[in-house]
Amino acid sequence: MYILKIISKNTLRHKLRTFLTILGITIAILAFGLLRTLISAWYSGVEASSASRLVTRNSISLVFPLPLSYKEKIRQIEGVKLVSYGNWFGGIYIDEKNFFANYAVEPKIYLDLYPEIIIPPDQKMAFYRDRKGAVAGRKLIAKYGWKLGDSIILKGTIFPGNWEFVIRAIYYGRDKTVDETAFFFHWDYLNENMKKTAPLRADQVGFYMIGVTNPHIAAEVAVAVDKTFKNSLAETLTETEKAFQLSFISMTEAIVIAIQLVSLVVIVIIMAVVANTMAMTARERFGEYAVFKTMGFRGWHIAGMIFGESLLITMVGCAVGITLTFPVAHIFATELSTYFPVFNVTTKTICLDIAAALIVGVVAALFPTYRAIRIRIADSLRRIG
Amino acid sequence: MRIPLSYSFRNLWTRRLTTMLTTSGMALVVFVFASILMLAEGLQKTLVETGSYDNVVVIRKSSVSEVQSGVDRLQASIIETQPEVALGANSQLLLAKELVVLISLPKRGSDKPSNVVIRGISESSLMMRPQVKLVEGRMPRQGSSEIIAGNSIAKRFKGGGVGEVLRFGMRDWTVVGIFDAGNTGFSSEIWGDADQLMQAFRRPVYSSVLLKLRNSSEFQGFKERIESDPRLTLEAKRETRYYKDQSEIMAKFLRIMGISLTIIFSLGAIIGAMITMYAAVAHRTGEIGTLRAIGFQRTSILSAFLIESLLLGFSGGCIGLFFASFLQLFTISTMNFQTFSELAFNFSLTFEIIYKALLFSLIMGFVGGALPAVRASRMNIVESLRAS
Amino acid sequence: MGSKAPIVEIRNLYKSYHRGNQILPVLNDITLDIDEGEFLALMGPSGSGKTTLLNLIAGIDKADSGTIKVSGVEITSLSETELALWRATNVGFIFQFYNLIPVLTAFENVELPLLLTSLSRKERREHAEMALRVVNLYDRMEHYPGQLSGGQQQRVAIARAVVPDPTILVADEPTGDLDRVSAMEILDLMERLVHGFGKTIIMVTHDPRAAKMAHIIKHLDKGVLNVYPQNHL
Repeated sequence: MYILKIISKNTLRHKLRTFLTILGITIAILAFGLLRTLISAWYSGVEASSASRLVTRNSISLVFPLPLSYKEKIRQIEGVKLVSYGNWFGGIYIDEKNFFANYAVEPKIYLDLYPEIIIPPDQKMAFYRDRKGAVAGRKLIAKYGWKLGDSIILKGTIFPGNWEFVIRAIYYGRDKTVDETAFFFHWDYLNENMKKTAPLRADQVGFYMIGVTNPHIAAEVAVAVDKTFKNSLAETLTETEKAFQLSFISMTEAIVIAIQLVSLVVIVIIMAVVANTMAMTARERFGEYAVFKTMGFRGWHIAGMIFGESLLITMVGCAVGITLTFPVAHIFATELSTYFPVFNVTTKTICLDIAAALIVGVVAALFPTYRAIRIRIADSLRRIG
Repeated sequence: MRIPLSYSFRNLWTRRLTTMLTTSGMALVVFVFASILMLAEGLQKTLVETGSYDNVVVIRKSSVSEVQSGVDRLQASIIETQPEVALGANSQLLLAKELVVLISLPKRGSDKPSNVVIRGISESSLMMRPQVKLVEGRMPRQGSSEIIAGNSIAKRFKGGGVGEVLRFGMRDWTVVGIFDAGNTGFSSEIWGDADQLMQAFRRPVYSSVLLKLRNSSEFQGFKERIESDPRLTLEAKRETRYYKDQSEIMAKFLRIMGISLTIIFSLGAIIGAMITMYAAVAHRTGEIGTLRAIGFQRTSILSAFLIESLLLGFSGGCIGLFFASFLQLFTISTMNFQTFSELAFNFSLTFEIIYKALLFSLIMGFVGGALPAVRASRMNIVESLRAS
Repeated sequence: MGSKAPIVEIRNLYKSYHRGNQILPVLNDITLDIDEGEFLALMGPSGSGKTTLLNLIAGIDKADSGTIKVSGVEITSLSETELALWRATNVGFIFQFYNLIPVLTAFENVELPLLLTSLSRKERREHAEMALRVVNLYDRMEHYPGQLSGGQQQRVAIARAVVPDPTILVADEPTGDLDRVSAMEILDLMERLVHGFGKTIIMVTHDPRAAKMAHIIKHLDKGVLNVYPQNHL
């Protein structure tokens, strides 16, 4: 109780210094929180993907297609409940800078496979009825100011030409992990055009999405699918949606590692700043600590005061930093929506924030405490005089 | 009258722990600042060196990259007949019809698959890319299942070394040579005979046509003619431009990250410097009074404290740069968002970066020291003497 | 006197400081007894070792050899931790620069040493208020040190020193930073503590007026003790 009072009063002794230190911690926690959020955004695709959905693609690589005829064969494999298929379309809206994911899919089963994509029933019907109809995520609609019924044109990069679509439905996610910036349309629309312009490329799909009857047999089903097409012209590679997403991330691992390193560096920098503040503060008060000691106060009393002050400062900075993380993350989410469709501050991030601040507070207090306890009373009293 | 430099220096030395902590904070910031610049520079270098200014890449309109592009045999032969194409030493056309596909290969060690570019080349391909040199083994024979691998592939991917075998397109391919392409993107590619690869992948069309211009200034005319030809749905880009466009998103990403991080970090470091300098001023109130009483001007006090802070920043800058220079030993390999293929690049330290980083550290020192120095110079002599 | 054992017994005390490679002897074979209820002044030129001797008696510094017994406890053989516990109940400090904790009020400063005792909150309050009454600052107890004059601050410091009812009070130049009037007040107060409350005070001082108040004056010169009766001054 008493010590708390001393700590809080000590903290306010150098108001400017305390303010600057808290500001430093606030910035550090904010940066740390944003970087952690960035990392979780990186993994958001994995987070949102299901272990009970399988993705089948050409074993050579993603750019090679699979014949449409595989669909029936896959459906007959034991454990397969639903099969849908599609192509990565890679269309560009006006300019390359306006990047968003767009696919051509067989929509009815695809939407059955993705219960987390929610579309109002009337819009869904309108989409099914229109051959050129397209579905866009809520955030994408908001970003480009589209409305239902708008015609938009995507320039094909893989499939040449200008493609016209009509926005027939807007989807939103069942939970926060769902990417609400995607765009998809009827695979048949794509295929009919390819039949006319490039018959060799017709009836080819980029991937199959498979729903299994039971998540526990997903691995067996995947093996069975690949076995079916072994030694054929287009061998397949089937993995769970999670593994598929992870394989993308592993290719950008270097960046993730760099961000993780940087988020550590932030903490180390602020540790240096706070440790410095505490070292200076403690040095100025060595005389006072000596007075406490002459009265019979012990080393741990003094340690308590230094640790308490250090933790008080870091925790206040941490609280302010966390509070600011939310609005700032919101700004980043808007600015970086091209890169990261999902950019949410998670509970885990908040916990890491607090842990980081605690560590900084403790580490910063260690050295001054060590010195304050070690110093001989007679010597530090002399400092006063 | 000026206060000698040694005064500032000794004061920093006297408060070694604080000086060290502040300096290391600044050093870390400069390290991050420099490493981001080095990364961007490395990426830039890789991209610029990958292309040659006189080379032109012809791909299908709006396909962005060779991987997505398709140029059929007829279109390719039309380009072959254009007058602007340069001739080589044996009066052969300096033009290559190439196939570019992505395949995923497992990495050495981790076994994790990553996308790799396979380039089907023609005879002239190597001639038009002087930066690519065969360093081990030999070139693949035409009409055989032989390939050569970039040194970055040979090092990092399973089956990429000479004499090893890679399996893709239902065939086994023997690696017969390794080529060094310096800092360019070609180092992360595998090259083989275009016709053989087209058969194996059952691809009836080329991906791109690469040609060298007879005269660099003829590019505009060539581009206009190709792009307006109704038989061709193609576009022509200078090779340098082509590679730059391809990594635009990546470069932009690095830029955004770099700028935000640097701003945030430098704020932290400036605050650290400010705390240190304010404490230094408060600590030496009596001393400042004495100096003023002896006859030193306010400006002398101001500059003494500013110099102290600049010294802090500068030493942080030097330490940060020292450690950042070791980053040159590392290679970053990541997936290019636009092409989905591996892109490897180095941290690259240039004089411009050294100069920028040091300037940056001085600015941090200056901003951190300015307010405290002003406070020191404004102190009342009598009051500060009493404080001692 | 003489029938009771002295409250402080110092035997053959040696102390030296190391400065670089040099060894500077500070105290040289000091032997001294101080009786209970005595007011002793240690005088001597700067560097004579008087503060060192005071610090040794108060248990905040370690002797090279020799023993100090304070009311039967040989403090020269106690460990750091034991010394801290011992100080809490046996020594009250009075400093030249008062050394009050600036962020605490006069009352809280006085209450501080009592936090180390097992007294209840209420008892602590009573003790601290009593001590403040003794130094005549009861009406100022909610003031912060910065709001008090030097003499008042020193009186708070004295209250803080006596509040745990220590065996001995040690004072290092208690009047060194005070004007004439305040200094006299402090010396009167100390005299009152000795006469009225039977305290034992050991005081280091330069000030002949302060020394005059003391019963016994010991002179230290180059680490050696010389004894003069008071009337020699």
